[in-house]
Amino acid sequence: MTPDARQIVFDNVSKFYGEVLGVNKVSFSLEPGITSLVGPNGSGKTTLMNLLTGLIKPSQGAIYVLGLTTRQPVEFFRQVGYCTQFDSFPPGTNGYDFIYWPLRLHGFGHDQAAKLSNEAFERAGMAQVAQRKVAGYSKGMRQRIRLAQAIAHHPSVLVLDEPLNGLDPMARSESIALFQAIAKQGMHVIISSHILEEVDRISDRVVLMSSGYVVAEGQIREVRREVRDHPMQILVRCSNAAKLASAAFELDHVVEAKILSDGQSVLVRTRDAEQFYLLLNQVVSGGLVEVDAVAPADDDVNSIYQYLIGSDGGPA
Amino acid sequence: MSFQESFARAQSSLQAQPWRLYASQVSVLVRNEVRRNLFTRRRIWVYLLALIPVIFISIHYILDKSRGGDQIETDTLVLAGIVQLYYFRLGIFFACMGIFTWLFRGEMVERTLHYQFLVPVRKEVLVLGKFLAGAIISIALFESAVFACFCLTYSRLGSAGRSYVFDGPGLAQLGSYLLATALACLGYGAVFLALSLLFRNPIIPGVMLMGWEAIAPIFPSWAQRLSVIFYLKHLCPVSLPVDGPLAIFTIVAEPVSPFLAVFGLLCLTVAILLLSCFLIHRLEITYTAE
Repeated sequence: MTPDARQIVFDNVSKFYGEVLGVNKVSFSLEPGITSLVGPNGSGKTTLMNLLTGLIKPSQGAIYVLGLTTRQPVEFFRQVGYCTQFDSFPPGTNGYDFIYWPLRLHGFGHDQAAKLSNEAFERAGMAQVAQRKVAGYSKGMRQRIRLAQAIAHHPSVLVLDEPLNGLDPMARSESIALFQAIAKQGMHVIISSHILEEVDRISDRVVLMSSGYVVAEGQIREVRREVRDHPMQILVRCSNAAKLASAAFELDHVVEAKILSDGQSVLVRTRDAEQFYLLLNQVVSGGLVEVDAVAPADDDVNSIYQYLIGSDGGPA
Repeated sequence: MSFQESFARAQSSLQAQPWRLYASQVSVLVRNEVRRNLFTRRRIWVYLLALIPVIFISIHYILDKSRGGDQIETDTLVLAGIVQLYYFRLGIFFACMGIFTWLFRGEMVERTLHYQFLVPVRKEVLVLGKFLAGAIISIALFESAVFACFCLTYSRLGSAGRSYVFDGPGLAQLGSYLLATALACLGYGAVFLALSLLFRNPIIPGVMLMGWEAIAPIFPSWAQRLSVIFYLKHLCPVSLPVDGPLAIFTIVAEPVSPFLAVFGLLCLTVAILLLSCFLIHRLEITYTAE
């Protein structure tokens, strides 16, 4: 793979801790937008993020972030912000210093660093507690100040390891809005999270990991389409559920057509969703039934996770 | 590629480096490290290491009433013993072990080193900034302590002491002690910084280093040059008359000029720092292994 100035590229990356596998032969490239890393505990999500940011080195392979590697730290870390999962801070530091001094290391003068620090506190909703010692912060505040530090220098790539952990619903919602706003500006946001509903809501694409391997990656619907072992589920609300179910049954690829208890909905399981949608068009245009709503029932991260990884390890 | 082409490439690469940014980063790192490490409860034992002789000399100052001019020779030898046997071989050695190994390894233990690795700072700049911070802390502490020992030693001798300091060799001796103290901090500091990057627990290699510093005089002269104490001995203005096995700590087997001693120790320090710059590139953030 050749490095692209817009992409994040993992090129055949493996990481071993002695004889223990971290991640193995990972190759993919990411476009700007929100990408979620999903997988059980120990699947390699944090390892992948630490490799991306150079905290650990790959045993083999190469990683390029916007065409840069960590061997060019000055250019690299101006583009990248990483909010780690490590809940530890330099002893005695207060919130303001925690943001301000790293900005000085970026080369910003006092005024600019102070301005960016204040802006980061505002964005993280922590302006009131900037001068307090970090040791006195709650878990949610510590999470948010790490996020504030990661975004303070306006990076093009934001890497967030379980960024929603410990946040109350309001802060969680604000953080998600912040990630979405950053992604809308054409930037990369890479998130690992075990809250699948939120991952599903905010992600443009997912990388599913299990036991150090990338099981699937891409846009959620594409990934779902690739999971051929599990027929796709499509829920249709219509005027005549029985007629639609019997029409669907005539198609080879339809595995099941179940009329739900309301009597007006059919849950269809099919191996070829495109063909089923064609049938649906024909049925509607032929006036056989009137369709109120059509929605895929299992092309979300949760379903893909269940199908590909199962619940043995439990979500991370 | 010819030598000239390689040289031209290296020259253009050096010119392209953002030296002003590096300088400002070193300055920020030094300020931060000094602020975090100089005045902290964690460093109380280092202050004690520096102050123990000062406390003893102060007690001696108060209790011992023999203050005649004939005391000067004895007190000068006592001061030389304190500096050469205590400070150079124990006090500065262990203080540098505590200060310099903590610069990286301590941050690993506290799980905060990743913050230093996630900023746009070259690892070499990080090593230099932390080393300078450690050097400032240790030099400030031990120069003050040696200076206090010197002042207390000669001030109690009244006019004879003043005369020895200002009209005799006193000031030159003070200068030599301060120079040697600073170089000891730099030399031991560089060694312990490198050890902390080489070993997860640098205590055992530190003890081995202490043994090496003690027995180096029995080795050939080229091997002696790999010890810090070799250079410091040549900068000490007063020879200690020690007989028997303990003479190994004071004997100067092959005299070297003070200029060469200073230059040699600085070269050794720079070489070890370059090794540290190489070693830090191997360092990974794996806190669970600590």
